Amino acid sequence: MSWVALYTQLGGVNKHSTSLGKIWLSVLFIFRITILVLAAESVWRDEQADFTCNTQQPGCKNVCYDHFFPVSHIRLWCLQLIFVSTPALLVAMHVAYRKSGDKRHIIAASRSGGDDKTRQVDLETLKRRRLSITGPLWWTYTCSLLFRLIFEAGFMFAFYFVYDGFQMPRLVKCEQWPCPNKVDCFISRPTEKTIFTIFMVVSSAICMVLNVAELAYLITKALMRCSTGISKRRTSGHVATDKSLLQNKTNQMLLSSVTDSSSNKTAYVLPSFPNELFLTGGLLYRPTVLSKSPNSATIVGQRSDVKE
Amino acid sequence: MNWASFYAVISGVNRHSTGIGRIWLSVLFIFRILVLVVAAESVWGDEKSGFTCNTQQPGCNSVCYDHFFPISHIRLWALQLILVSTPALLVAMHVAHRRHIDKKLYKLSGRASPKDLEQIKTQKMKITGALWWTYIISLFFRIIFEVTFMYLFYMIYPGYKMIRLVKCDSYPCPNTVDCFVSRPTEKTVFTVFMLAVSGICILLNIAEVVFLAGKACGRHLSNAGDSTMGAWITQKLCSY
Repeated sequence: MSWVALYTQLGGVNKHSTSLGKIWLSVLFIFRITILVLAAESVWRDEQADFTCNTQQPGCKNVCYDHFFPVSHIRLWCLQLIFVSTPALLVAMHVAYRKSGDKRHIIAASRSGGDDKTRQVDLETLKRRRLSITGPLWWTYTCSLLFRLIFEAGFMFAFYFVYDGFQMPRLVKCEQWPCPNKVDCFISRPTEKTIFTIFMVVSSAICMVLNVAELAYLITKALMRCSTGISKRRTSGHVATDKSLLQNKTNQMLLSSVTDSSSNKTAYVLPSFPNELFLTGGLLYRPTVLSKSPNSATIVGQRSDVKE
Repeated sequence: MNWASFYAVISGVNRHSTGIGRIWLSVLFIFRILVLVVAAESVWGDEKSGFTCNTQQPGCNSVCYDHFFPISHIRLWALQLILVSTPALLVAMHVAHRRHIDKKLYKLSGRASPKDLEQIKTQKMKITGALWWTYIISLFFRIIFEVTFMYLFYMIYPGYKMIRLVKCDSYPCPNTVDCFVSRPTEKTVFTVFMLAVSGICILLNIAEVVFLAGKACGRHLSNAGDSTMGAWITQKLCSY
């Protein structure tokens, strides 16, 4: 288990990200994780061994090192990178959940009508298909972006707070027990450490800017979609989302086998997302009523001209 | 054998888990195993070489280190993670057994085409009947192992804070000597982090138990609506 495993996990999320999200992921892996593993870790390798204090008193070096470096830079960066990468997995889970729902639709639809080959083709397209970031997925994606921003900012602040700025001093003066008096302690490779610290801070800032840009892009896109949606509805009165198209297809297939002519009711199927409205035939359906007749299960949807 | 191959073995179980089970597995791999490997191991890397005692007496350093750190945190966590992940293999074994039975039934009923056998392999098993019991038992084992290790930690290292200084008077140390632990604050931070994540994992496991129990009750209640008690019992026995 290492950074490679995390890379494979997150690489899968890449498909469903926006372009800015893909850039962010590349910056994260190339400029932060790779630099951390290949360069920064060797700079900080001898941080305690080469931390030298001007005293022979046993224990003084340990105590002074612990006082000035409560948590090492490397560990803070490792934790930061792990926490910042994790919200992307929320999106991956949501996509997997949505795809499994669609898979169930396709299988149910093909069971009532349609052949095996079409089902296989549909399932394959579903696997490879890139989901558009709309609806609940938009909210999940936006929440994951917000979490990323919060974690990045949190860790930058923690860094600044623990180390009083981003510069590594050459010398620290320590008077912790058991040091007999105020002793000078010298840090190993301070300039190199300062360079890498500034590099990592700048990459972190770039990532934050990318996240903010992505957030702004998503919000703008959603607003534009809403406004075009409203204007289209005003002109034609017929809007179909890909989800409602799929639902309509399923309904039509089931309709042919479930229609109850005796009770003069036409059967509709409750969607798998009962809290959502879906559009068909220019009218909004809010599925609220489920009635079960003694001979067959006839499911009724409530038609209304309810506006969203 | 390393954490990567362990990851490959355990993540195969993922398919037959509930949603909460998958979240638990992700938390385990990302916040526990990954943090252990990339961060915690380097913090504890120099725990013995950085352990300094205020004496020149040969052997005193080793003896005092051994007295205060009978088993290192890192090794305890590695054992905990392995033992906690292993009950999931019970579920995997049960699924494999069920598939084997299904294959046999298919062959007896004459449906031994490669396509049907492939279907058995790829089919996701529902957590009902005996598999439900195996799953619940594996969850209970996970919770027991987690709690046991948390308790062991507390017993060996009273409190979860790593102290800077320990006073040691084991032979051959000439008198009570001061020994200084390396990186105590960093170790405390990681100890608290690992314990917090362990607590979250316990909560996830409890939530999963409640979820499965609730689901089973719901299933039985809806079945009881259309059958008598005798038929229900027969149904339960048949599903085994």
